[in-house]
Amino acid sequence: MNDASAPIRVLVAKPGLDGHDRGAKVIARALRDAGMDVIYTGLGLTPHMIVEAALQEDVDVVGLSILSGAHMTLLPRVTQALDAAGLADCVVVAGGIIPVDDAEILKTTHGVDAVFGPGTTTDEIITFIRSAVAAVRAGRA
Amino acid sequence: MSDGSARAQAIHAGDRRALAQALTLIERGGPAAKALRRSLVPRAQTRVIGITGAPGAGKSTLTTALALHIRTRGLTIGILAIDPSSPLSGGAILGDRIRMYDLAGDSGVFIRSMANRGRYGGIAGATADAIRALSAAGYDIIMLETVGAGQSDVAVADVADTVLLVESPGMGDEVQSIKAGLLEVADVIAVSKSDRQDANATLQQLRALVQMQHADSDAWTVPVCGVSAIANTGITALADAVLAHGEWLAMHPAGPRQRRRRIVALQRALEILLLESLSLSPVWQDALATLDQPNCDIEALAEQLLTNWRATPQPN
Ligand SMILES: Nc1nc2c(ncn2[C@@H]2O[C@H](COP(=O)(O)OP(=O)(O)O)[C@@H](O)[C@H]2O)c(=O)[nH]1
Ligand SMILES: [Mg+2]
Repeated sequence: MNDASAPIRVLVAKPGLDGHDRGAKVIARALRDAGMDVIYTGLGLTPHMIVEAALQEDVDVVGLSILSGAHMTLLPRVTQALDAAGLADCVVVAGGIIPVDDAEILKTTHGVDAVFGPGTTTDEIITFIRSAVAAVRAGRA
Repeated sequence: MSDGSARAQAIHAGDRRALAQALTLIERGGPAAKALRRSLVPRAQTRVIGITGAPGAGKSTLTTALALHIRTRGLTIGILAIDPSSPLSGGAILGDRIRMYDLAGDSGVFIRSMANRGRYGGIAGATADAIRALSAAGYDIIMLETVGAGQSDVAVADVADTVLLVESPGMGDEVQSIKAGLLEVADVIAVSKSDRQDANATLQQLRALVQMQHADSDAWTVPVCGVSAIANTGITALADAVLAHGEWLAMHPAGPRQRRRRIVALQRALEILLLESLSLSPVWQDALATLDQPNCDIEALAEQLLTNWRATPQPN
């Protein structure tokens, strides 16, 4: 199995201890049904733990579900720690309740590749992940 | 760092990212994985503990509790957690990390989730190589959590020094693992969730079964331990039992049980290698071409294939 055709590995986490992880589970199932390997870590991981898990699992994508409103602190901490760990290649996507203005800042200055609002379909997410990972893998080859 | 030996060097030096990438390579298989395998030097003192038992038995929770305890004895731990792939999409949800929260952030622990890809032989090979990589990276104890269903779980004995069977209480009259043939490969048995009232009956039942099974040949008596990961009871005794089995093995490397295991492991390794090299040979293509003919006799075809293969000059 070569690099381009190998299954996409995605880490799905919901940082913060508040709230539920229903949305994250729906996404995890959709990604599995799209043929991806989804490492599901559940609730409450700190940015440091998320990056350590991403490193051990050698994932292509880190997907974060954030409902707590702490996205402007949590997400930059994750992307910074990913860069520091040599995982700048990792595609970072976020979902949850994130205002449009914040999403723009996260994408332009904090290395988040995509922010998916409440209306996003799982198909859109799958399509985005597939093309983003294909681009990274092509750049590596 | 596509070169197998450069990557192996980084792994031997303790580079965790190199190890993680190597595990991906191993999972994908093929020539690069094979080259890497040859450059990896596993450490002789590594102990591999296979953790098996039905889904929901409490394997991940117990693995975590055991790992936390073993860490206090100063040993480092690599964990391989295997979950089933979806037969429909080929994808998988690997959820064992949820239960391993308390190990997150400990640099003496390396956790890797792996999908079984639905291939029995394939995953056995990849698992053995993944264990080799973790050993080469210097982890003292490797814990392998299996899917917990079907034949492939019996194969855990091929790659593990010590097989820990996890049985949850109150599964009815029949102990679950008898059906799956798991009881025969168990070196240590844990009755999980012993905070529950029905745990004691299961404990008694399993002790009786074990006595019947091992009345004769084997000098190792399979301990049956009641544990609760939630109440945190019995973990120390279980860790003692598991580590004691490792020491016992070191003193009895050539017992009949170990020999039986090694023969089966050899057979399985051969099976994989033979099928692999056969499928690369032109006689395989010829056989595939005949396969769709009406009334194709598979048995006869297999025999013919083997005859043709023997007649082909073998590359080394
Ligand atoms: N009461 C009780 N429940 C437990 C214990 N250990 C695990 N469980 C529960 O059993 C379920 C399955 O546990 P898990 O470790 O994921 O099992 P696995 O599928 O074998 O890995 C979970 O809901 C756990 O909370 C225990 O010691 N006591
Ligand atoms: Mg599990």
